[in-house]
Amino acid sequence: MPKNPDLQKVLIIGSGPIIIGQAAEFDYAGTQSCKAIREEGIECVLVNSNPATIMTDPGIADKVYLEPLTEAALTAIIEIERPDGILAGFGGQTGLNLAMELEARGVLEQYGVKLLGVNMNSIRKAEDREEFKSLMQEIGEPIPKSIIATTYEECYEFVKETGYPVIIRPAYTLGGTGGGIATNDEQLRLLTERGVENSAIGQILLEESVAGWKEIEYEVMRDAKDNCITVCGMENFDPVGIHTGDSIVVAPIQTLRDFEYQMLRDAALHIIRSLEIEGGCNVQFALDPDTSNYIVIEVNPRVSRSSALASKAAGYPIAKLAAKIALGYSLDELKNYVTGETSACFEPTLDYCVVKFPKWPFDKFKTASRKLGTQMKATGEVMAISRTFENALLKAITSLEINQDGMRVPHIIALSDEDLIAKIEARDDERIFAIADAMRRGRTRRGTDPRFTREAIYELTKVDRWFLSKVDRIVKMEKTLADNELDVEILYEAEELGFTDKEILTLSGASWDVVRDIRVVHDMFPVYKVVDTCGGEFEAITPYYYSCFDTEDESVLSDAQKILVIGSGPIRIGQGIEFDYCCVQSVWAIQELGYEAIIINNNPETVSTDFDTSDKLYFEALHIDDVMNVIKKEKPEGIVVQFGGQTSLNIAEKLHKRGVPILGTSFDSIDLAEDRQRFNEFLGNLGIPTPAGHSVTDKEGAFKVVEELGYPLIVRPSYVIGGRAMQVVHSDEELTEYLTDAVKLGIEHPVLIDQYIIGKEIEVDAIADGTDILIPGVMEHVERTGVHSGDSISVYPPHTVPNEVIDVLIDYTTRITRALNVIGLANIQYAWDGSDVYVIEVNPRASRTVPIISKVTGVPMVRLAMGAMLGEKLADSKYGTGLYRKMKFTTVKMPVFSNAKLTDVDIALGPEMKSTGEILGIDETYEKAVYKGFLATGVAIPTEGGVDISLRKSERTPAAAAVVGRYAAEGFILYGSSGTARWLGEYGLDVNVLESNEVTDYIASGKISIVINVPQTVNRTDNESFRVRRYATERNLPVLTCMDTAEAFLIAVTNRKNDVQPIYHSLEDWNRY
Amino acid sequence: MKGLILLADGTLYQGRGFGAAKTSVGELVFNTSMTGYQGILTDPSYKGQIINMTYPLIGNYGVSEVDNQSGGIHAFGFVTRDISFHPSNRMSVMSIDEWLKAQDIPGVYYVDTRQVTKKIRNEGTVKCVISTEGISPKEARALLEGTTLRTDYMKDAGTKEVRHFAGDPASGTWGSSGSGAGLKVAILDFGIKANIIKSITRRGCDVVLFPYGSTAADILSVNPDGLFLSNGPGDPAQAVHGIEVARQLYGKLPTFGICMGHQIIALAAGGSTYKLKFGHRGGNHGVYDKETDKSAITSQNHSFAVDEKSVTDKGMIITHTNLNDGTVEGMRHKELPIFSVQYHPEGSPGPNDSEYLFDRFIALIKGGNVNA
Repeated sequence: MPKNPDLQKVLIIGSGPIIIGQAAEFDYAGTQSCKAIREEGIECVLVNSNPATIMTDPGIADKVYLEPLTEAALTAIIEIERPDGILAGFGGQTGLNLAMELEARGVLEQYGVKLLGVNMNSIRKAEDREEFKSLMQEIGEPIPKSIIATTYEECYEFVKETGYPVIIRPAYTLGGTGGGIATNDEQLRLLTERGVENSAIGQILLEESVAGWKEIEYEVMRDAKDNCITVCGMENFDPVGIHTGDSIVVAPIQTLRDFEYQMLRDAALHIIRSLEIEGGCNVQFALDPDTSNYIVIEVNPRVSRSSALASKAAGYPIAKLAAKIALGYSLDELKNYVTGETSACFEPTLDYCVVKFPKWPFDKFKTASRKLGTQMKATGEVMAISRTFENALLKAITSLEINQDGMRVPHIIALSDEDLIAKIEARDDERIFAIADAMRRGRTRRGTDPRFTREAIYELTKVDRWFLSKVDRIVKMEKTLADNELDVEILYEAEELGFTDKEILTLSGASWDVVRDIRVVHDMFPVYKVVDTCGGEFEAITPYYYSCFDTEDESVLSDAQKILVIGSGPIRIGQGIEFDYCCVQSVWAIQELGYEAIIINNNPETVSTDFDTSDKLYFEALHIDDVMNVIKKEKPEGIVVQFGGQTSLNIAEKLHKRGVPILGTSFDSIDLAEDRQRFNEFLGNLGIPTPAGHSVTDKEGAFKVVEELGYPLIVRPSYVIGGRAMQVVHSDEELTEYLTDAVKLGIEHPVLIDQYIIGKEIEVDAIADGTDILIPGVMEHVERTGVHSGDSISVYPPHTVPNEVIDVLIDYTTRITRALNVIGLANIQYAWDGSDVYVIEVNPRASRTVPIISKVTGVPMVRLAMGAMLGEKLADSKYGTGLYRKMKFTTVKMPVFSNAKLTDVDIALGPEMKSTGEILGIDETYEKAVYKGFLATGVAIPTEGGVDISLRKSERTPAAAAVVGRYAAEGFILYGSSGTARWLGEYGLDVNVLESNEVTDYIASGKISIVINVPQTVNRTDNESFRVRRYATERNLPVLTCMDTAEAFLIAVTNRKNDVQPIYHSLEDWNRY
Repeated sequence: MKGLILLADGTLYQGRGFGAAKTSVGELVFNTSMTGYQGILTDPSYKGQIINMTYPLIGNYGVSEVDNQSGGIHAFGFVTRDISFHPSNRMSVMSIDEWLKAQDIPGVYYVDTRQVTKKIRNEGTVKCVISTEGISPKEARALLEGTTLRTDYMKDAGTKEVRHFAGDPASGTWGSSGSGAGLKVAILDFGIKANIIKSITRRGCDVVLFPYGSTAADILSVNPDGLFLSNGPGDPAQAVHGIEVARQLYGKLPTFGICMGHQIIALAAGGSTYKLKFGHRGGNHGVYDKETDKSAITSQNHSFAVDEKSVTDKGMIITHTNLNDGTVEGMRHKELPIFSVQYHPEGSPGPNDSEYLFDRFIALIKGGNVNA
């Protein structure tokens, strides 16, 4: 069945901002599908509100709409573009939901747009719990006993029959939001209520729990001819009970006999056929290890995080093939992209083992519960490939960048036996390390302690005995290293299992010389093997490599001059998809400049690890050992560390010390910008102001600083307790409280106290070539200093900053980049207090705003930076030098938070970043862009009701009262404490006084529709203020924790009230505006 | 225990030994299946061969009492990257190491099996010595050179006597059942896999299994309703007696052949077979069915293939082709009730996607045509 000739123009819906449960995997899928469509000569139109993505870059689609993913926007865009078809299966749940809405409203029919790849019927059957259940019953596939419920009472009746535990899953949600396992009535009530609220259709599924069964997933594909294949089967290390996004996942399936494997494969194909999906689909099963009975847990009728993982694990680009199928092709007409010769209608066979390990944000969110369950908490993931499971597992752990070599975690080793068992039972993010330590204890006690035998650990965890035996093999090696003198054989075995050099040295006590000499004499270095989909049966043309200890090295060196790009690793708070954007851009720039581009990275979700992005992909940990092995192999001309965020910067020093050539800005300049002491002196010499600050080790010292600098001050500890890392303090009282409760003050643990400049925060991104600089654009933040720039609303071009200040910014930026001899990118954050401009931070590297500024100004920043690093001069480029011309429209970047996923995290903004993603609002004016931005974030924009106001004392200013007054003028009823009422009374505003415990009731009853809550202390979870913020957030109310945000939000409220219609243009059209 | 394999081109791999302490000479082949090593090792078609698995982690789910495809291991040796000494599966009764010991088969692990695979891919299947007895490379060399490999193992890989299997619709979990109740299928055994027999009895047919050497008269004497020609090891052209029987019965009985059976039908028709460079062994090849315009994922294990031209001249229609290399994967006679496939619709190991072919066989016996 060849391509459908009716398709001349196709529209793709992206997935919008990154949130937990919907991350970079959709950038990868979307980028691939755009490529697949354009290859066919079909025009490709893309809509996505996320400016950090590669898919929204010029050159990926024919036309990009950086517009909100709302029904209104899509309808308007369909009206403009008149596409023949729409691809909704590549934008995650967001894309599917939107397509369903468009279909339901008759928009697709009205404009004659064909829905490609999925049909409404199959989406409904897969996603609506009741329809799914009846389909499974109809086709005879087993599912757990369950009911669809909308109330607690229904659930209670069900549990009376089946008993606890039961699983609660809200219908139509991402990453299992609001779900969980209940083991008693109280939990059941809580989860039922939350689940109903979180469901887009007010439904939950309550089902019997199969916790403890094996969790198995299949990625399957089907075409219109009903040909079906399995791309990859995957087995979770963690049994059913932990969300697959939070599970360690292994590919291929390890512990199933062929009979069981085929039984589940048959079921997966049976399901995709019954759903009549044309494209990719993910089917999750639970398999009872004691009976081989199985049940179907879930079906995702689209590409997903799992399909991205499967694509990378198997080398089979699911999204690309799914797009081809949606265009009308059948699998047996398509070629395997890896071999170029053989058919795409086959099933990849792996000759290696893949381990995916989630990356959790608990280092940032100290107050969040680390327990894992049915609600996903990970922000990202790493993948590792090797010839053995042990090696892949240890590589994955190394790739996580959690400062850990191997499986020995000191604070877990220090636990008492009882606490260790409790930790294992708690199933938190460190569970595998706790299991390893239990195996370790079992080993040292030689089976004398019945609590730590492999069987006992199996009973405790239900982690398959095969996985436990592998963990045990690692633990055994630790002991071998510790108990024996290091020799060739032991070293080889340790290396082969994946131990890092550091871990080998620590455990064996051997000297580095000995290890190095053994390795040199016996040529004991990893070799690289190709991921080829076919186990070596056919010749592959893909340059996709992983390291292992084996005989043959398959990585063939070319004669070209090579540049190596260090990737950015797993996605985490503060280091998101924007750095993958920069890395991919740099790869393309390097190729354009005539070099071979090689990349090392380990994030399976991203475009950078797509095997057709770079000339060579090394899927490796970004650990110095692994990077040096690649350097030893490839001998590149230079290494690029500017684009991989903190990850690549962290490795810069080690590379520098080893004499590896770093391209662009020198390590010394990077170091200078990071070292406070050196940096302050540097700015002092340039005569550029920066907030004064000191480091103190006792209270006395702290108050001396107060005498010198006065309040407000910004304080940050070197040792953190309970997540309150950085804080702004306004009084002796607050400082004392902070020093007493929040930090452990002492000689070992100094606290840094800086002057807090209250004012406007302005961000400048620049490209420097050693002679000139180019500033493509300046962004001004809506929230004043004190809110992390990643969490601020920021505006391009600045609309409240006078030209004189812009001149100062240009002058400072020029002088700083010149003095630092920046070659490449730099991002400088400034504070302007109304009279002076201060430098807050200099980052001589790519920043979060690079993709945004590149897209809105049309200046290819990474390309120019890469050119500068390789000797090009800015003066010769068509973009020139100095400040680039200002665009005639306004863009507003807004942060997007995953607040619904992490229920015990304070949502209040502060100096520590909390957002996981961002969107862009583009429009003619600041006001309209802000409105569009809020629409794109998906926040509710109420036009009536009540506003609860709670401001810390230092915020009770006339300006704040004026903002509140404007809410009142819009007709909102004001609520607040008696203190708030008194204060606002002074401005003639009427406030309905509420006791603090009444606020949640008013929210529940709908009387309060907006919460403005600027807390005394951010990240304190033990007070009513925190409870109000959480309560309101979980009920989807706008919660504004900074007066500047509240003021901006008012713009959205009035625009909505006046029914202002945003206008929608493609990025190309905006740029011509 | 040390282990080695030495290839005819002189390449030596020294790894670790497992299973029996033994030395064997055979033809080195690779298999790309990620699951089903027990079914592979007990598939009689591997007789005389040393199997190099491309999947590196073997033995994870141990060895069960239900997954054998014949009485025991037929392969001469087993080569892997790594093995599990601690298998995990409810059906596991022993580890792969224990099983190979019990079956007196040598295994070698810690070998770069991917490199071995690529070697076979580039140079073709190759003669090879496997040893876990600590022999020197020189001794291995001598043994390699002094051994001539047999290519006619089909003569003794199957049953030695006539055996009867009663139709039993309850014996399986897959496919339709009971449709062939009362019918009798005669099988000429070249080294049949147990699941082929089961796939027939599961459909309610009685089976009479005939050893190699049985005559057409022997077969006709039981009044069969259909004839099945099985899979088996070696070069099909060597099965002279089997080809002769097939020729005598050609068109006389509704006939279905799998793998070697398919090749025997081609030879009986007057066609020819040829040896592929390194064969097809695994569970992931796509096969295109020309008559339905659909494709299926198949289980494969063969060194030889049917020459297309040689059989289309003799009244055959090519019904199935391999999507990767275009080789013949299935055929049927224009008029006579004969059809065959090169791949393994019975899976075990491998996909069950083509199980419908057994239903087609029953329908053919009942008087329908091949496409029913």
